[in-house]
Amino acid sequence: MLHDVWFLLIAVLWIGYFVLEGFDFGLGILLPFIGRNEGERRQLINAIGPVWDGNEVWLLVAGGATFAAFPNWYATLFSGFYLALFLILVALILRGVAFEYRSKRESASWRMVWDWAIFAGSAIPALLWGVAFANIISGVPIDKDMNYTGTLLTLLNPFGLLGGVVTLTLFLTHGAAYIALKTEGAVRRRANTLLFWIGLVAAVVAVVFLGWLQSKSMVPGSAAVSVLAAICLLSALLANRLKNEGLAFVGTTLTIGLAVVALFLHLYPNVMLSSTDPAFNLTINNASSSHYTLQIMTVVAVIFTPLVLLYQGWTYWVFRRRISAARVPDTSEATTAAAPR
Amino acid sequence: MDALDLARWQFGITTVYHFLFVPLTISLAFIVAGFQTAWFRSGDEKYLKLTRFYGELFLINFAMGVVTGIVQEFQFGMNWSDYSRFVGDVFGAPLAIEGLLAFFLESTFLGMWIFGWDKLPKLVHLASIWITAVGTLLSAYFILAANAWMQHPVGYDINPTLHRAELTDIVAVLMNPTVLFAFPHVIAGAFMTGGAFVMGVAMWRMLRRSGPDGAPFRIAAKVGAVALLVGGLAVLGSGDQLGQQIATEQPMKLAAAEGLQTTQTQAPFSVIGIWDLNGHEIFSIKVPAVLSILATHDPNGTVQGIDNLQAQFEAQYGPGNYSPIVPVTFWSFRFMIGAGGLAALAAIWFLWKMRKGGLPSRGAVLIAVVLPLLPLAANSFAWIFTEMGRQPWIVYGEQLTSQGVSPNVSVFEVGLTMIVFTLLYGGLAIVELGLLTKRIRGPLETKEDETTAADLPAPFAY
Ligand code: HDD
Ligand code: HEM
Ligand code: HEM
Repeated sequence: MLHDVWFLLIAVLWIGYFVLEGFDFGLGILLPFIGRNEGERRQLINAIGPVWDGNEVWLLVAGGATFAAFPNWYATLFSGFYLALFLILVALILRGVAFEYRSKRESASWRMVWDWAIFAGSAIPALLWGVAFANIISGVPIDKDMNYTGTLLTLLNPFGLLGGVVTLTLFLTHGAAYIALKTEGAVRRRANTLLFWIGLVAAVVAVVFLGWLQSKSMVPGSAAVSVLAAICLLSALLANRLKNEGLAFVGTTLTIGLAVVALFLHLYPNVMLSSTDPAFNLTINNASSSHYTLQIMTVVAVIFTPLVLLYQGWTYWVFRRRISAARVPDTSEATTAAAPR
Repeated sequence: MDALDLARWQFGITTVYHFLFVPLTISLAFIVAGFQTAWFRSGDEKYLKLTRFYGELFLINFAMGVVTGIVQEFQFGMNWSDYSRFVGDVFGAPLAIEGLLAFFLESTFLGMWIFGWDKLPKLVHLASIWITAVGTLLSAYFILAANAWMQHPVGYDINPTLHRAELTDIVAVLMNPTVLFAFPHVIAGAFMTGGAFVMGVAMWRMLRRSGPDGAPFRIAAKVGAVALLVGGLAVLGSGDQLGQQIATEQPMKLAAAEGLQTTQTQAPFSVIGIWDLNGHEIFSIKVPAVLSILATHDPNGTVQGIDNLQAQFEAQYGPGNYSPIVPVTFWSFRFMIGAGGLAALAAIWFLWKMRKGGLPSRGAVLIAVVLPLLPLAANSFAWIFTEMGRQPWIVYGEQLTSQGVSPNVSVFEVGLTMIVFTLLYGGLAIVELGLLTKRIRGPLETKEDETTAADLPAPFAY
């Protein structure tokens, strides 16, 4: 019973992570293309400024909670997908400091370096998380001691790569929807145009991916949710055509949330599949912690998760206004950069 | 080198590096919150200037703390998967709770603070930096509780069929005596670091840019010196308690800290010494009975020696070498105490010199500027002592470090990641130092004053 609860909670944490950091990633990848000058780029970055770090904590908590609730899952996944995870970590490091440091010097080349760090630091995880999850649900070589026996290249199979393209394009769509909702002026217009075309690509790739997944092994619940996710994506595109930016963002949010639900439904009751021998699958039973630990963790999660949602929600409310290029500090009076007298 | 050695190096490098930023984050959060509170209550502009000036330095440092922390969170699974399988049931809980309670709080409210200058009521804005500061304490407590469990495991049973430790008492884990002593000690050490930093920067500013900057920075210099001194006293008191704790729970670590081969009463404490590669003493200068006092508060107290403990361990766990590398523990222990003690003494000297006002001399400023390096070094040596003194155990008495490493991760993989992390961290250190220096040299005032209209950008916006 508690195993199921924790499977659900881990799914919730990943939904939180992909929905929230999904638009950060999308925005980061679009930054050099939608932001054509310094003012516009700062406008974009400041649109996620107050929230990106809080969004990233969803990943840290997903990691920590997996460690506590399913130690074997945590151990197999991160020691197995070693180099992929390493690339993600390097990307997140560069991206994190880039946000904080890019405006601290008034040199165009300094800023350009950090802008590309934001681009790469967003694009790499956006792609690799999809690769990782596609492999988790389709199965990877895992031996009887629960150890992964493949390499980085094992993960880069066609299905895995397609999964990567799915998350990449979905996050791009979601990021464009966020920009359209949170900014004004030229940037907003460009985001709205891009949203439609990237969204179409995302829809096609995602449908192929989900179809392929269900044809590998059909899980009716998961298939039904996938269809719902697809409908949400198409509705988002429709809303975009109807110039309803709020609805479009709700649509991409639901798309990502439902896509994660579909993946986890497909996985249940396993947490990682072994392509070596189904007997070596990691399941919610053989990967989980003891009953007592799960009880403690449940109490903690039940008290604090709503609290976190409440105050994170409040930050989105405080910073609900659109950011215009005019309201971003212009280069000459970049206050944080503290121009020498 | 095999994958085990590399994984150990990697953990050591990344953790010590993370802990360069951590103490500054913890203490600066409180000091900046203090300045802002002073401004809130008095309305005095100079406190606002100090809040923003040190606030920016705090943010530059915080960014590095965050990105280096992410690596820590996943490193257990990457390099120490057998360890993770063995301890996850117990160790995972404080780690997950840390994320849920502390990291969300820190990151969300820091975002509010950075971007909320013009959007939040003053009191709410002030509260957000205090909440961030409390978040750093919570984070420190839970991660130290996790670490304390590795030093002194409590509240668990070994499940013989699953070959793992299972939690039986969460309260025991969170109230582990080791964390109760280590937490105040680490926080006190953090305040020494931040205090020395705030003072060093302020003294430099007083010398280089006297005039209008003088008054605010004189306050900052005093605040820094007091934090350094109070931290120093607290470190002493709590360090003494921690010493008693390891004397009973990890006697081998204490024996190695002293290089004490055989069990003794009135055990002496060596101020300096030389060992051969096997850890046998060649030469040392000793003060009689001090080690007995440190360990038991009694000059006649008995302190167990390495040889005796080795024999006990062999009887209990089978053949093997159960002593850490003696010179490393010996020296890191002394460097911790020495560097920290010197910094605290310097604080007294500076407070004495500052009592009359006037500009600090060049020499004094030079000392103040390098002073933060001492507590920083003390912190690094302290962790090296704590962690290497626990060897060969990864979980004291339950799992050897060699049993915890990931069996399926190759030398190439750990080696590659270690090299890249080290280079990346080195590069980022240069960038961070450059930005800190740039900001320290820059003007005290940021361009907007606090009356900015709602449409203007917040002073810390990216
Ligand atoms: C005594 C304090 C202390 C110690 C021993 C550690 N940390 Fe730390 N950590 C903090 C105190 C801290 C902090 C004060 O809360 C930080 C520093 C800067 C910051 O942003 O928060 C932080 C940041 C930080 C973050 C980023 C949080 C965010 O995004 O806001 C992670 C994931 C970790 N740490 C994880 C770890 C792990 C797994 C450690 C053990 C090996 C560890 N830290 C040692
Ligand atoms: C509170 C957080 C922790 C801090 C600040 C910390 C700090 C350190 C330090 C300073 C070292 C010495 C590096 C060396 O010279 O090798 C070290 C080593 C090590 N730590 Fe920790 N540690 C922490 C928690 C942990 C945890 C949770 C683990 C669990 C895997 C761990 C495992 C190790 C290992 C395996 C080594 C290498 C041992 C050695 O080479 O001596 N540490 N750590
Ligand atoms: C002044 C005398 C000091 C004494 C007697 C002392 C004592 C100790 C002892 C016995 C430990 C080992 C605890 C263990 O293995 O669990 C320790 C750890 C530590 N010390 Fe100190 N210390 C002193 C000064 C300092 C200073 C000046 C700093 C930093 C500014 C510092 C920072 C630390 C840290 C970060 C640890 C690791 C935390 C932990 O053990 O969990 N100490 N200290």
